Amino acid sequence: MVAEHSVKKNFSVTLRVWRQAGPNQPGKFVDYPATDISPDMSFLEMLDVVNDGLTKIGDEPIAFAHDCREGICGTCSCTINGKPHGPGKGIATCQVYMRSFGEGDVIVVEPFRARAFPLIKDLVTNREAFDKIQQAGGFISVRTGAAPDANSIPVPKEDADLAMDAASCIGCGACVAACKNASAMLFVAAKVSQLGLMPQGQPERDKRVLAMVKTMDEAGFGNCSNQYECSAVCPKLITHDFIARMNRDYLAALFRSNFKPVSGASDGGA
Amino acid sequence: MAKLDSKTPSGPLADKWQKHKTEIKLVNPANKRKYEIIVVGGGLAGSSASATLAELGYKVKNFVFHDSPRRAHSIAAQGGINAAKNYQNDGDSVHRLFYDTLKGGDYRARESNVHRLAEVSVNIIDQCAAQGVPFAREYGGLLANRSFGGAQVSRTFYARGQTGQQLLLGAYSALSRMVGQGGVELHTNSEMLDLVLVDGHAKGIIVRDLNTGAITRHSADAVILATGGYGNVFNLSTYARQSNATAIWRAYKRGACLANPCYTQIHPTCIPVSGDYQSKLTLMSESLRNDGRIWVPKKKEDAKKPPASIPEADRDYYLERIYPSFGNLAPRDVSSRAAMRMCDEGRGVGETGLGVYLDFADAISRLGEPAVRERYGNLFDIYHEITAENAYKTPMRIFPAVHYTMGGLWVDYNLMSNIPGLFVLGEANFSDHGANRLGASALMQGLADGYFVIPYTIGDYLAGQKPGSRPKADGAEFKQAEQNVQSMTEKFLANKGTEPVSHFHKRLGKIMWEHCGMARTKAGLEQALQKIPALREEFQANVKVPGSAATLNQSLEQAGRVADFIELGELLCRDALTREESCGGHFREEYQHPDGECKRDDEHYAHVAAWEYQGAGKTPLRNTEPLNYEFTKMSVRSYK
Amino acid sequence: MNLLVSLFKTSIGKKFLMALTGLVMVGFVTGHLVGNLQIFFQPDRINGYAHFLQALGPVLWAIRLFLLVCVAVHVWAAVALTLESRAARGPEAYAIKKWLSATVASRYMRLSGIVVLAFLIYHLAHFTLGVAQPGTFKTALPEWKMLEDAREFGFPLAAKGDVVHDVYSMVFLGFANPVVSIFYIIAVGLLSVHMLHGIDSLFQTIGWRSAKWSCLLRKVALVYCIVYFLGNLAIPGAILTGIAKPAVGTYAAQKLAASPAATSSAVQP
Ligand SMILES: Cc1cc2nc3c(=O)[nH]c(=O)nc-3n(C[C@H](O)[C@H](O)[C@H](O)COP(=O)(O)OP(=O)(O)OC[C@H]3O[C@@H](n4cnc5c(N)ncnc54)[C@H](O)[C@@H]3O)c2cc1C
Ligand code: HEM
Ligand code: FES
Repeated sequence: MVAEHSVKKNFSVTLRVWRQAGPNQPGKFVDYPATDISPDMSFLEMLDVVNDGLTKIGDEPIAFAHDCREGICGTCSCTINGKPHGPGKGIATCQVYMRSFGEGDVIVVEPFRARAFPLIKDLVTNREAFDKIQQAGGFISVRTGAAPDANSIPVPKEDADLAMDAASCIGCGACVAACKNASAMLFVAAKVSQLGLMPQGQPERDKRVLAMVKTMDEAGFGNCSNQYECSAVCPKLITHDFIARMNRDYLAALFRSNFKPVSGASDGGA
Repeated sequence: MAKLDSKTPSGPLADKWQKHKTEIKLVNPANKRKYEIIVVGGGLAGSSASATLAELGYKVKNFVFHDSPRRAHSIAAQGGINAAKNYQNDGDSVHRLFYDTLKGGDYRARESNVHRLAEVSVNIIDQCAAQGVPFAREYGGLLANRSFGGAQVSRTFYARGQTGQQLLLGAYSALSRMVGQGGVELHTNSEMLDLVLVDGHAKGIIVRDLNTGAITRHSADAVILATGGYGNVFNLSTYARQSNATAIWRAYKRGACLANPCYTQIHPTCIPVSGDYQSKLTLMSESLRNDGRIWVPKKKEDAKKPPASIPEADRDYYLERIYPSFGNLAPRDVSSRAAMRMCDEGRGVGETGLGVYLDFADAISRLGEPAVRERYGNLFDIYHEITAENAYKTPMRIFPAVHYTMGGLWVDYNLMSNIPGLFVLGEANFSDHGANRLGASALMQGLADGYFVIPYTIGDYLAGQKPGSRPKADGAEFKQAEQNVQSMTEKFLANKGTEPVSHFHKRLGKIMWEHCGMARTKAGLEQALQKIPALREEFQANVKVPGSAATLNQSLEQAGRVADFIELGELLCRDALTREESCGGHFREEYQHPDGECKRDDEHYAHVAAWEYQGAGKTPLRNTEPLNYEFTKMSVRSYK
Repeated sequence: MNLLVSLFKTSIGKKFLMALTGLVMVGFVTGHLVGNLQIFFQPDRINGYAHFLQALGPVLWAIRLFLLVCVAVHVWAAVALTLESRAARGPEAYAIKKWLSATVASRYMRLSGIVVLAFLIYHLAHFTLGVAQPGTFKTALPEWKMLEDAREFGFPLAAKGDVVHDVYSMVFLGFANPVVSIFYIIAVGLLSVHMLHGIDSLFQTIGWRSAKWSCLLRKVALVYCIVYFLGNLAIPGAILTGIAKPAVGTYAAQKLAASPAATSSAVQP
């Protein structure tokens, strides 16, 4: 716990920021002084201030992704001093406050790095690969209007709560950024588990996990090495237990799909 | 003068929607794929509409400025979503939800729309549950409910404190499914910068790819806007930083009427501003008011002292004092205004003097810290994260903040604006909440519009459009609109200014908050109407936008949005000035009951004010749509 | 077919193969250690056991082949997964690299794996193929005549009077060389570290791991790896330090007596 009314003196830091004008262009670190920083500023507000300063002298401001600034939209995505989303546990970049730093600190800011998240500019990357994975199977097929009464599908509270744990993923990509292999397993496992834990998700359970993993592989993410760096940086503290669950689900689906009787295969197929 | 035909169906209130559905024109299934529909927005309203229209067979093009539809501002809604399911057996019904919503809106919404909203609310919950939205459940596995402000029944469904997130992810999954099947063409990082009219009908949009700067034209048989609210006109708000009004504002400039812009909602329990650098205000759940006591020092001189050093006798529990029956649970707008009055008197607390205490000391001594922690632990954590203060030891500081905009583009019962072919859904339209929105009703409305209204009502328009009659995107209207966008961009980049965009946004926000915030006066609004045009001039002359148009350029994006906010802010003040009454979120100090409640003027203002653009520099036209209350009696809104 | 293709092509499939083959190897090295510890008994025990294995003939070959395939698949999967993962980081590496939760063992799987592989090749060359130290290879040593019936769990391995290879002496003579012994110790040390993460990890890969018992799993893996390492350390350690001396009358005993400080260079036959 931070002491109440902790020292409220403004201070200065040096920002060492990755600047890259565009995709496939050379990038480099550039140092910027950030002076007279209030400890109550958020990290992104500090970037705002630095950017206003850059604009005034005619430099291009640092491009960084952000939106809700309250840790729910998953847009913000800086690697601060080697840790995706920076200091703290269970928070996104936008929830980092400058009181986590001290006078004279050099703060190194890099984008989320992964081949599947190509860089757009400075600290902004393209995380479309996550959408592609969703499109491959991250849903329950139910046409609008076709749903039965909500209470006709009871869901054990425990399962619903667990599904909610998984569903709290904000799709920021920090798991990929933190993983030494740039693997997307935590993200995919969270979605697969949310839907797979509920009765509504059963009909498409096998198809879903097979399709989502396939798309994940095709997108160029790396392979999980069970080191759990992902869950350590997850702003929603989603557990890697879901990865184990997805592995099990995937393997079962793979075996089942291979040994299911083939519809229409007369004479036993051969 | 725009024609404002609400197209409200005749007949008994409860039968209107059924009757309308059977009477409106349909598009036959084989023809649906011949129609292309543009949907701008991927929030609750946009995603649900895109998915459903694609399921029906229409070809849908969905545009969002976000890098994924999942990031729309709907994601941030916390509390819950209302539905008249009556699962709690506590006497809820469609009619009761209808009535609560109408009354909550201070009788400034259309009866027919609100009733339809209440009717389809039940289908929304079914739909979302079937999609796998992990709603809170009871031990028996059935859905749980909580109660929310402005209602005497428990009808709010929720998913922890992340209901908006879960509903949006549900709609996004439905959308993703249709994208995967090829029914929806998804354009992310694509900001709509103009609406294209052909022969007076909305037939396309001009879009800038935010990553590459490419400007493209898109044509369609109809255009749907579901682009959210305009609360960021105040700069500081609980909205996401990128939420903006550009889509609706540019549509307004093409002739769509903007209705009731002055209806803005202010939420009483937000974390106060800490400095000039502030970019965002964070909402703290209202539930805190169940156990916290709100106070400020009695004496001005005490305002800067540490709260612990102020003796009980010198504290003013003003809500308990002024509203003895409701106390700390006084309605949102009432308690917001009271807090502001305290601060105006110089008794506000915190460094900026803009804050009041929300004190849990009593609750902690009554229930014990663990019980308080169990109820509000995560909120105390958020508070600690942002302020570094421990609310178990020292009172929280809270202050009201802009939270929602009830106004928006005018639409008829079919959700079509006064421009044929232009439909508006979700927070972007003005339709269902009147002058004030009840908690947990915005999510309901967004999904009602997208899942259950537009899929029917758009057919009525499309059936009148010959399949294949959609114009090509290379007509003169498209070229002109594209040119318009290009020149705006070039102008910004070429400007020889010195101040960043944020400078002007902050100043606009201050003017708006001061003169058109929680309490408005004729004099204040008139002042604002002087200041804003001056600010606009200064902005045009002095804004600095570095970089190029050919890459990601966030300054350029912001410049366009703030330019629109400045103009919208002016209209908002104009609307507030001309509405000489108080109702819901619009509080004119001149018009109040002795107890500080809103004093409506039903005789003169029971109407929708729909503003029509008349050209640059000209005063817009104020059209009105009378609100006829056939089925309910307009009464004084009172929660006592 | 489809199943095999999927197992070899997808990320989780490859991981599964890795876990499965790893599990087989864990089983093998455990059994192997237990077998080897018989060195501390009378020569009859280990020689009889070795004879029994030899006598399996084609079955032994099948087992060896299976183990080799496991190694091959394991190594192939390791290489394939690693290359994919390297590429997945993209064109630019992080300037600051930080570890947050990964165990130390897990960070060096590739390194420990490579050393184990090198050792494995040497080890096979040494004790199975006899090309590393042909001088002390079992076929170069005088044969051993069983003094007693050798039985394991009442199951006959070799009968009294059978003439069998003198594996007992081969091991003693082999480990009398400190270079060999130290390499062996380092390798089994790294193998233990490899298995420390490997055992924990394979449960995750198969999907049988959760917060409920992952702590216990880690402890079990740790205890197992320590025991495994100590067991393996015992053989060269005891031989090298002279704590274990070859039984009187064995060829190794004669040889080592002939050159008491037979520690430096390999014992010449
Ligand atoms: C903090 C907070 C808490 C809330 N809690 C609740 C609650 O508990 N219950 C409740 O009912 N309501 C709540 N609300 C209100 C509710 O969340 C919103 O009103 C609702 O989600 C709006 O949905 P929407 O689909 O209309 O718009 P949004 O979700 O804002 O979506 C707008 C979409 O339009 C796109 N867009 C906008 N402009 C353009 C453009 N020019 N070009 C291309 N795309 C564009 C965006 O990319 C985005 O996809 C809350 C609001 C806030 C701020
Ligand atoms: C022959 C040389 C070997 C190499 C090159 C090698 C390499 C590797 C590598 C790179 C991994 C993957 C680590 C990861 O992805 O996190 C791994 C995992 C593993 N290895 Fe090995 N290894 C070898 C031998 C062995 C042996 C002899 C055993 C058993 C005694 C073994 C047991 C395991 C186990 C159990 C795993 C875990 C599988 C999983 O992650 O699910 N390995 N090995
Ligand atoms: S900006 Fe939305 S999560 Fe950080």
